[in-house]
Amino acid sequence: MDKFTTLTGIAAPMPLVNIDTDMIIPKQFLKTIKRTGLGVNLFDEMRYDSEGNEIPDFVLNQPAYRKAEIIVAGDNFGCGSSREHAPWALLDFGIRCVISTSFADIFYNNCFKNGILPVALPKEAVDVLMDDARKGENARMTVDLAAQTVTTSDGQSFGFDIDPFKKHCLLNGLDDIGLTLEKVAAIDSFEAAQAQSRPWV
Amino acid sequence: MTAPKTLYDKIWDAHVVDTSEDGTSLLYIDRHLVHEVTSPQAFEGLRMTGRAVRSPERTIAVPDHNVPTTEGRENGIDNEESRIQVDALDKNARDFGINYYPVSDIRQGIVHIVGPEQGWTLPGMTVVCGDSHTATHGAFGALAHGIGTSEVEHVLATQTLIQKKSRNMKVEITGKLRPGVTAKDITLAVIGATGTAGGTGHVIEYCGEAIRDLSMEGRMTVCNMAIEGGARAGLIAPDEKTFDYVKGRPHAPKGAAWEAALAWWKTLFTDEGAHFDKVITLRAEDIEPVVTWGTSPEDVLGISKTVPAPEDFEGGKVEAARRSLDYMGLTPGMKLTDITIDAVFIGSCTNGRIEDLRAAAEILKGKKLAPGVRGMVVPGSGLVRAQAEEEGLDQIFKDAGLEWRLAGCSMCLGMNPDQLTPGERCAATSNRNFEGRMGRGGRTHLMSPVMAAAAGVAGHLVDVRDVM
Repeated sequence: MDKFTTLTGIAAPMPLVNIDTDMIIPKQFLKTIKRTGLGVNLFDEMRYDSEGNEIPDFVLNQPAYRKAEIIVAGDNFGCGSSREHAPWALLDFGIRCVISTSFADIFYNNCFKNGILPVALPKEAVDVLMDDARKGENARMTVDLAAQTVTTSDGQSFGFDIDPFKKHCLLNGLDDIGLTLEKVAAIDSFEAAQAQSRPWV
Repeated sequence: MTAPKTLYDKIWDAHVVDTSEDGTSLLYIDRHLVHEVTSPQAFEGLRMTGRAVRSPERTIAVPDHNVPTTEGRENGIDNEESRIQVDALDKNARDFGINYYPVSDIRQGIVHIVGPEQGWTLPGMTVVCGDSHTATHGAFGALAHGIGTSEVEHVLATQTLIQKKSRNMKVEITGKLRPGVTAKDITLAVIGATGTAGGTGHVIEYCGEAIRDLSMEGRMTVCNMAIEGGARAGLIAPDEKTFDYVKGRPHAPKGAAWEAALAWWKTLFTDEGAHFDKVITLRAEDIEPVVTWGTSPEDVLGISKTVPAPEDFEGGKVEAARRSLDYMGLTPGMKLTDITIDAVFIGSCTNGRIEDLRAAAEILKGKKLAPGVRGMVVPGSGLVRAQAEEEGLDQIFKDAGLEWRLAGCSMCLGMNPDQLTPGERCAATSNRNFEGRMGRGGRTHLMSPVMAAAAGVAGHLVDVRDVM
């Protein structure tokens, strides 16, 4: 997993609330057995018509946002299924950070496993960032994970909260499984104790 | 004396392997359910790092999302990508020695129906699966939730999950349901009341007389859609109905082990005075049969109501409602019962169990789908299908003009050939009405099996109480 430290990039505004995982990556693209290559189908049914032509109005099809690395989104981004194909598609397109007032739980966790930083901020802050994102490619937003801040193109800064363990893993690009396997003795002893107390499990 | 605990607190405490200073815990996982769509990359990860599956005996795999629901599928799937995914699960199950129900096995079905049916899901367990509807298993008083593929790999390798504890939320449904109102109406009404983010960061415990009165099938329907309310998991305290359902299932404990298990299971309830961070109470008498009108599961209304206008909402929901109405092809102010339908889908992990099929058949008995309406019944498992056939339900469906299919997720997410066509409008017993969910351009109205069956006969949405 790639580290996430700081990012300065173009932010695409997507004010729609409840952007769900079926919108982010429709089911026909879940048949892959790989993690890569999904970027071209990110937001597929919003981005292309039924003939596969780009829909010019869609934000990521607009010249200013084709190289966006940040999405500023409406409430409850990523609701719906557990498909990790959603963060895989975002990452493959080049998105490394999503900012919203709230995220669905599983999507939020999935982001951290893939080097994507989801930033939750109060509505007032997201409104300011949404306006900044609307300025297009001239407005580059900066996200600093170590400092836990998002700064607009004109220098207005907002602090965000993040779980310390998730922050540590993301800053250092750490593999969860490797960390957990360091605790294998504790898992062994839990299993031994459960074999006594709940042998039917 | 220890502080009173919620049911969630008790299950959590019984599964903590290790907790760091910041509260991050390693939680032991008793059952890991696996399907073909969210697992291939996880198994590939194990191969690349040379890691094994730590507890293959606690790991259960079944193909469900991609499988065709038509005869002859055991001879291979036509769609190449689907076939590759199902073949990959076959190979992974074999290579890693995990429990497996291939499509040729009568026990195959939707993973959340197979788990309880085979007795893999037991009270007080932790259950995970790379699928958001894992919440279903909470009906047994098991802590069950969906995980992503990286977490699937983590559980395969370590039999644990890194977790922060969620907050406790109580959803109480007091009193008795009125005739024609079902578990599906309860769960949709709750989402309508709280919104799709109302449960975010919480584990919900459903309780109250109306929940206690539900069968295990109904309880599974309620917990199944905890995720649509944003919650990490839904739980219902186990009781005699739970124990009766579990007893004698292939993987349920037997003899002395059963007695020991039962003694512990009977301690799994929320203590008097335990703290909930959020409480929602609905009166069962106030719940009428509901349907969704929009493209979010929170877009719920009683069937007697009219289609809302965007201006009825606030903030970002105004634009979302406008987009939904446009997608759904509906006009504000029209009566919900005037919405005509083209298709009926009865099935899914929400409503694909035997009780659901019985309820739908009761409405369809001796009747026919309205002209121009197509219908499909997809049992949740091969065993549900066999049971329905033994009871003659298949004949009722076929006589009414519905197709009788093999088990799978089918049209609920349209990964197999069972899909809506653009603009086609469906009365569905599934769980998500998202844009394109059941097929690009398809329009989904979520409802109970009896409401979907009644809509099929009428050719439009209808209050099932008018035709009972």
